Amino acid sequence: MNYRLEQKITRICWVVGLAALAIPFVFPFIWMLSGALKGQADVFSSASLIPQTAHWSNFSEVFAYQPFARQYFNSLYIAVLVTGLTLFLSSMAGYALARLRFAGSALVLLLLISALMMPEEVTIIPNFFLMRELGLMNTHMPLILLPLFGSQGVMATFLMRQYFLALPKELEEAGRMDGLTRFGVYFKVALPLSKPALSAVGIITFLFSWNLFLEPLVFVNDIKLFTLPLALANFTDTYGLPLWHLQLAATALAVIPMLIVYILAQRQIVESFALSGVKG
Amino acid sequence: MSAARTGPSLTLRTREAIAGWLFVSPILTGFLIFFVGPLIAVFYYSTTEWNLLSQQSRFVGMDNYVDALTANDTFWHVLGNSLVFAAGLVPLNMALALGLALALSKPMRGVVIFRTVFFAPVITSAVAWAIIWTFLLQHESGAVNQALSVVGVDGPNWLHEPNWAMASVIVTRVLKTVGLNMILYIAALQTIPRDYEEAARLEGANGWEIFRRITWPLLAPTTLVIMVITVVGSLKVFDHIYLMTGGGPQNATLVLAFYIYEQGFKFFNTGYASALAVVLFVLILALTILQMLLKAARK
Repeated sequence: MNYRLEQKITRICWVVGLAALAIPFVFPFIWMLSGALKGQADVFSSASLIPQTAHWSNFSEVFAYQPFARQYFNSLYIAVLVTGLTLFLSSMAGYALARLRFAGSALVLLLLISALMMPEEVTIIPNFFLMRELGLMNTHMPLILLPLFGSQGVMATFLMRQYFLALPKELEEAGRMDGLTRFGVYFKVALPLSKPALSAVGIITFLFSWNLFLEPLVFVNDIKLFTLPLALANFTDTYGLPLWHLQLAATALAVIPMLIVYILAQRQIVESFALSGVKG
Repeated sequence: MSAARTGPSLTLRTREAIAGWLFVSPILTGFLIFFVGPLIAVFYYSTTEWNLLSQQSRFVGMDNYVDALTANDTFWHVLGNSLVFAAGLVPLNMALALGLALALSKPMRGVVIFRTVFFAPVITSAVAWAIIWTFLLQHESGAVNQALSVVGVDGPNWLHEPNWAMASVIVTRVLKTVGLNMILYIAALQTIPRDYEEAARLEGANGWEIFRRITWPLLAPTTLVIMVITVVGSLKVFDHIYLMTGGGPQNATLVLAFYIYEQGFKFFNTGYASALAVVLFVLILALTILQMLLKAARK
């Protein structure tokens, strides 16, 4: 009895401690929501988390201040495109590196692995001139090409290869016997078997593209072409009135859908990251 | 006869090789154009100086490097800031991640909620996170200082005092990223067989001894990976700095990645910025090689 009581007290202490630790992780979201509903003057002047009057108009003003709907769409379509292309190209390359024997494959693998850790800051200046040469400045192409072929795409290739290595060979051989081509085996046998890896790579790639900041900042300057992170940063530094309330409303609009998706698909998302052990 | 037998198998191999190259060539081509090429180019750019008026570049050899190392103290200051940032962030991040993972790796009521909470900032974009914390850390009216004033503490002007700005950026970045390391640690902890712990308990080992002699050594490979990921992540930090402090106050948070951006795209010192990018490249390469050596030494 005594022992069980002791255990119970320890448990309660743990939970209280963890809850206290959770405050700086949760409070920013709560405060963001409250600030998004406050009037321009109250964001700072009123300490209360509950706004005196809820300014729902903040949300509509966000769309009036800049083409927010379009910026939202930009982020969405770019992330979907990057994710789709990455899944296709990197799974194909990963499959070849895991399953097909060809001279030079070890060298290709070594080349790709050596790029796994390199941040985009290292190559951003030459890429700026390259994109200018190619006439792709102020378009979305750099935001698609650079994640696809930079360290993020390489990471995806590497993860897919690791997964294909562990896949049993027998099923592919059966596919070959049935007269499938190499591409057919990859597409009709190996890909359907690798759904867990594909979803992991897909989730990580989507989030990476969705949150990209340096590339949009460098390559895009037309406000209509902005992506969400850039749009959020754009509510500051307007001379005249600072638009804190709008910035918070826009931030809430950008963050809340992602949080909802995360809470719904929580297990799968967390497992994807655990599976890959990639950078954040 | 034998030629006829090896013939088809040879073409089979050739066909496999062709298929292999076809499969890797889309990503490889893009990789060579948008990564390897620029990587080579950045070395070349770092030996040039750009005349912005005539849009011409001039070969200056190692001048950009000599400039960085000797002309003034900014480069060393920036490099120091990057190292301070890493030295502050990495231990804090890893210790907190390990602590959280140990607390949340066992099945217990509420565990999923806590994991969800600590991981949520990882999903949130760094821009949103930095924006919210910039508000929370305001001097007079920010929530942090208002909370402190309740207990009678007069909080500093976090983002505008050199000593506090760096600490603020480090801590908010840790809050943003620690969930990822926590998950990696939890995944590793779940691969440790329960029997080890039970056997140790039967022999009378306490919690701390079990951690020191069983859990920690078995986590070593994961710790190494997490450390490299976290150090590299801390060296490339850009968005947090851009949004929260802009490198200030008085360059107190001017770190290498931000300095590259500022020199390259704000002041158009392309050659100098390229030399800085090469320094970042070398730093990260050295870390990666160190990791491989450590891994090899363990075997």
